[in-house]
Amino acid sequence: MGLKVPYVTSYLSEHFADDEFGALQGYERRGGYQAAKKALREMTPEQVIELVKTSGLQGRGGAGFPTGMKWSFMPKDTPKPKYLVCNADESEPGSFKDRILLERGPHQLLEGILIGAWATGASRTFVYVRGEYAQPAAELQRAVDEAYAKGYLGRNVMRSGFQHDVLVVRGAGAYICGEETGLLESLEGKKGQPRKKPPFPAEYGAFGMPTTVNNVETFCHVPHIVSKGADWFRSFGTEKSPGSTIFGVSGHVVRPGLYELPLGTRLDEIVFEHAGGVPDGRKIKGVIPGGMSMPILPAGQLDVPMANEFLRERKTMLGTGGVMVMDETTCMVRVGCVIGWFFRDESCGQCTQCREGTGWIHKIMQRIERGAGTREDLDLLLDIASKMEGQTICAFADAAAWPVQGLLRHFREDFETHVRERKCPFPASFEL
Amino acid sequence: MVISAETRAKIETEIAKVPQKRGALLAALHLVQAELGHVSLETARELAELFELKPVDVQEVVTFYNMFYDRPQGRHHAYVCTNLPCSLRGARTLLKQLEAHLGVEAGETTADGRITLGHEECLGACAYAPMMRVDGVYHEDLDLAKAKQILDGLK
Ligand SMILES: Cc1cc2nc3c(=O)[nH]c(=O)nc-3n(C[C@H](O)[C@H](O)[C@H](O)COP(=O)(O)O)c2cc1C
Ligand code: SF4
Ligand code: FES
Repeated sequence: MGLKVPYVTSYLSEHFADDEFGALQGYERRGGYQAAKKALREMTPEQVIELVKTSGLQGRGGAGFPTGMKWSFMPKDTPKPKYLVCNADESEPGSFKDRILLERGPHQLLEGILIGAWATGASRTFVYVRGEYAQPAAELQRAVDEAYAKGYLGRNVMRSGFQHDVLVVRGAGAYICGEETGLLESLEGKKGQPRKKPPFPAEYGAFGMPTTVNNVETFCHVPHIVSKGADWFRSFGTEKSPGSTIFGVSGHVVRPGLYELPLGTRLDEIVFEHAGGVPDGRKIKGVIPGGMSMPILPAGQLDVPMANEFLRERKTMLGTGGVMVMDETTCMVRVGCVIGWFFRDESCGQCTQCREGTGWIHKIMQRIERGAGTREDLDLLLDIASKMEGQTICAFADAAAWPVQGLLRHFREDFETHVRERKCPFPASFEL
Repeated sequence: MVISAETRAKIETEIAKVPQKRGALLAALHLVQAELGHVSLETARELAELFELKPVDVQEVVTFYNMFYDRPQGRHHAYVCTNLPCSLRGARTLLKQLEAHLGVEAGETTADGRITLGHEECLGACAYAPMMRVDGVYHEDLDLAKAKQILDGLK
């Protein structure tokens, strides 16, 4: 049974076991909103952007883009209103960190948003919360109401003359609305079909206005950077990937749950030391390190620091830090079936390669699992995956192709046995 | 008129919050469904009028999103998450057992109209698997006995 607050904490989740932290008073008693006051009263927007650049903070929504640089793309001299969007759509299978950040630390998020708004000159933030997160959205709304009542949002934020409004918006169940331009379409009340880029959101974003999109966790780091400095932030993590992150560990482990650890913490340390390893003395077979879109690693390759510069050498990435653990009973073709299913169902259908490719992957995975696959099917899977990469309007198609390539890179043997024996050779595997 | 005056007033409040009217469409659909259970053709027409859209624009949005329904549903909704972390911990086995318990297949509604049973993609509760979402509320760390008890308690 998983614990509902992180097992290991650092600065982001330090107070999450503490019920008062979610309320404005409790948050302020623990130093909350001091960073926003400092930014608004003592720093220029340029200084905030410079600080975030120096800190090396990278986006925690999956792509790892440098946050300070993204903020600097917002146009300075424009008559148009500028917007921020906080991406709280968290739907990447295996990810559940943003949920806890919303539920247990909504003011920490709002403070990060305020500082981001000051830095980019945004007059409004839309927080797009996935529709299923009714409870986290309610917690955030309560915090927003408190912040308005206290004068921390609205016409004259903290009596600085700066104006900022926050609107909590609910999605309605579509993975693709996590992709930032799919999200923008959804905000505008449309189908969440990603936009062709350029133009990028900084130029033409929500309702056509200059917009910056950041993940929930990304914003949550910002108050800590402003109050404690870039050097302090860089004392966590690796040189190229500074700071901590909240890893979500799920699947076949003794202690599934959340763990806030420095980037660069080794994957085997997370799985075995923190999460207690695989239960009942079974052996481990593979681990998906960063949410379903990221290629799997086999048991022999878990001695890798969880930071993109190291994960890339093993042809995978940090993604959202969703660590999914599979023990020796697991059939990797069944894993492929679950992955195939998901991406087929969630493709928005605009691009032929993605719509057709995800359909075929799904069909072929099912066929192999049933024992009706052929040797050619294995190469066909790889061929389809390679044609989906880098060809489409958004990165969803890549996200659907990578895990298939990962499974065949490390577990081809599982696929071949299915074909040879004309049945699934893993009777003890999880059921489909 | 199928959408009540009360819901219409709430929709107007939502519209006032966004820079362009259409930006409140998802919020309006959530409100309408809370009142009526699904978005019928008639409802879509009324919403289209409110939002100065074509009915097909509204219907397209309804069919795009998993949480909106264009046809009547059970009085209660029970969705078992069947994505990978949950499946690794027996979610698909649980879903099959619940199908047998209720005498329906996933996606169907019990004959008495009491429960629509279904599966859903990852709900952000992977460490607390298996889990299900019942009428919007998360139930986590389930086993068959607990899940049955929750469903049997629905009127
Ligand atoms: C298919 C797809 C789904 C995505 N889902 C999410 C999501 O649920 N949450 C999120 O923050 N970013 C998601 N992203 C990444 C966003 O497009 C975007 O890069 C991110 O929100 C930017 O924030 P960051 O720079 O703070 O990471 C997704 C991207 C793709 C291609
Ligand atoms: S890649 Fe797939 S999800 Fe992305 S826009 Fe194209 S069809 Fe839609
Ligand atoms: S897989 Fe079920 S909640 Fe994530």
